[in-house]
Amino acid sequence: MVAHLLKLKLALLRNGLRRSPWQLVGMAFAGLYALGLVVTLVVALVLLRTAPQDVAYTAVVLGGSAAILGWGIVPVVASATDMTLDPARFTTFAIPMKQMLAGLALGGLIGIPGLATSLVALSTVATWWRGFLPALAAAAGAVLGVLTCVVLAKVVTTATASLASSRRFKDVSAIAFMVPLVLMGPIVAGIGQGIPASTGFLPVFAQTLSWTPLGAPWAISGEVAAGRPGSAVLKLLISAATLAVLAWAWKVLLERALVTPPYAGSGKRKGGRLGLLGLLPAVPAGAVMARSLTYWFRDPRYSGSLVVIPLLPVALVFQGVQTGDFTSLAFLAPLSAFILAWSISADVSYDNTAFALHLASGIRGVADRLGRALACLAFALPVVLVFAVGYSMFTGDWAGLPGQLGLSLGILFTGLGLSSVVSARYTVAVPLPGESPFKKPPGNVGQTLAVQFGGLVVLMVLVLPEVALLVAQLVTGSPSWAGSILPPGPALASGCLWRA
Amino acid sequence: MTAPIPDPPLYDQPARAGIPAALSIRGLAKRFGGKIAVDGISLEVPAGSFYAIVGPNGAGKTTTLSMATGLLRPDFGTAVVHGVDVWRQPLEAKKLMGILPDGVRLFDRLTGEQLITYAGLLRGMDKDVVAGRVADLLAALDLQNDAGTLVVDYSAGMTKKIALASALIHAPRLLVLDEPFEAVDPVSAANIRSILDSYVASGGTVIVSSHVMDLVQRMCDHVAVVAGGRLLAAGTVDDVRGGASLEDRFVQLVGGRSHTEGLEWLRTS
Repeated sequence: MVAHLLKLKLALLRNGLRRSPWQLVGMAFAGLYALGLVVTLVVALVLLRTAPQDVAYTAVVLGGSAAILGWGIVPVVASATDMTLDPARFTTFAIPMKQMLAGLALGGLIGIPGLATSLVALSTVATWWRGFLPALAAAAGAVLGVLTCVVLAKVVTTATASLASSRRFKDVSAIAFMVPLVLMGPIVAGIGQGIPASTGFLPVFAQTLSWTPLGAPWAISGEVAAGRPGSAVLKLLISAATLAVLAWAWKVLLERALVTPPYAGSGKRKGGRLGLLGLLPAVPAGAVMARSLTYWFRDPRYSGSLVVIPLLPVALVFQGVQTGDFTSLAFLAPLSAFILAWSISADVSYDNTAFALHLASGIRGVADRLGRALACLAFALPVVLVFAVGYSMFTGDWAGLPGQLGLSLGILFTGLGLSSVVSARYTVAVPLPGESPFKKPPGNVGQTLAVQFGGLVVLMVLVLPEVALLVAQLVTGSPSWAGSILPPGPALASGCLWRA
Repeated sequence: MTAPIPDPPLYDQPARAGIPAALSIRGLAKRFGGKIAVDGISLEVPAGSFYAIVGPNGAGKTTTLSMATGLLRPDFGTAVVHGVDVWRQPLEAKKLMGILPDGVRLFDRLTGEQLITYAGLLRGMDKDVVAGRVADLLAALDLQNDAGTLVVDYSAGMTKKIALASALIHAPRLLVLDEPFEAVDPVSAANIRSILDSYVASGGTVIVSSHVMDLVQRMCDHVAVVAGGRLLAAGTVDDVRGGASLEDRFVQLVGGRSHTEGLEWLRTS
């Protein structure tokens, strides 16, 4: 039975890839990325063999704990769990629970995250190749640790399944996940600075973690190598007990979840509130604009890209504070303009087949494009203006303001025009309506890169006039150049819109 | 097992003089990769008729209707609605049609009320007219109590009803409904049927696709049988069924009925 489940998982993976070559390309990209990461970590772990014992111990325990923590957290916040073997689909087959659990757990290892974790965990055997017993202990610890990762992920997803299937939770968690992601740079920089300062702290931290379920499996080999068999046995017991408790919890949760499918309903609401549709002019373009704006706030795939914008200045200022150099802030307004304008470049792809309504209604192409562009402009224009003026206020460089405004607005308008063309001409694989913005359909990466990168190059060519004028201003120091930057942007945009 | 040989196709007579066709399609064909989905279908739908297109799964019903309504570009053939060529003058043709596609997503982050209003405004209708009709449609389809709920939280039947309302808002002369009764409860189905009946009585034309032969026999006056991308029979329901029940006639035309022998092990006694 376990073998059947594993075969099923492989068959599903293979058939999924066979459906589109793009999916294969996307998988290859993800695979390459993971491979790079795995090779780096494996080499590092092999090299740790020659490091002093306590350094190796600290590194392995901390890394291992982070892995278990990650397997526990990521599935919830990213709602990007691999559901190819969704237990709910097996309810009608009377599969004995034990065999199903074993099959699902091992099936969880098939796939890029599972394989990568297993490989890295097993290379700790090389780190502890300082004798037969430590190596054996490392192998046992790695197996226990990896299984704990997989089973923990299953427990967490099963426990939150009914919660996660509620649309509101999905929407909110998907956006909440954006925040740490955008601030990743500053956070990593902060930790990077913190580590040298706290070299005395880390071994103590690792020592403490090694007595918890997170660190115990990774610490067994270190204890053996250090000649503390008592601690080693205790930690082996801790890890085995953890795994047993998790497996038991998973079994109980699953048994309950299989007979109580999640209830996804929500309260009834009477009508009477048209929202933006009632406020904006009742013409086709106005209706499209109102619909798009509603989506910007209700659909996490859109609002996710909005969350980046307020965090952008935070990240840039943080970087400025750390390096003492604020020149990168000058990119704030143009960069935001670019991100905002480019955010509608997959608009029609996001509509998915709902776009049939636009086709069936025989709306004119211009009204459709204009409505979408105006919706984006409605908040993009104020944001870019505030950012450009804010930069001048922050740095006191008022002479640079016309140049900033010219370049940013040029990028904004030209970008909106161009992404209107791109969105109408190229439909790419994007997360389906209602899915997490992070659930990239396989193959999305390669396709998106091609379209987006091509569009980027075209955009750069189109904003060349603005850039040239800005450079002229910087070189000559004469602000008269800057004033002339302003007009070309909107002109180009209307040109693009017309052609769309 | 041998399939019964289908009788020679009963093609519809050319449109009767004086009654112009609401929809006239000529030689529509579409190929997806190596598979020919629709292989030259011609059909005349008289104005004021309640027309059913029936066929087994994968017969090409949805593909044909998509091409006839301007949602999918045909490889060959033409479609004409009340004298307007769908692919030459798409904007004019689409004004005459209300379409309920099957298996197509809706803008489901709008509330039901917003979605119908949106469909009306997209067609350039006046705001007050839209507001009045939205209220009427919500009442007729029994959706008033859920008008403010997001469509994404609707049940399958409610979603079907709200899509139908979006197709009706501009008072089209021709309604094309792909599987309109799927997942709809019997009470709502009866309501929808009476709406469609009075629409046809007032001179409108309805085309539905369906698998449910009993329903077609009771509800429609014309029927076309499609299988394997070809038209097998078309005409009034009485002509096509020729005395037998429509279901028996359909099985006879399409073939592929397997006998109930075999599966002996399934007998429990």
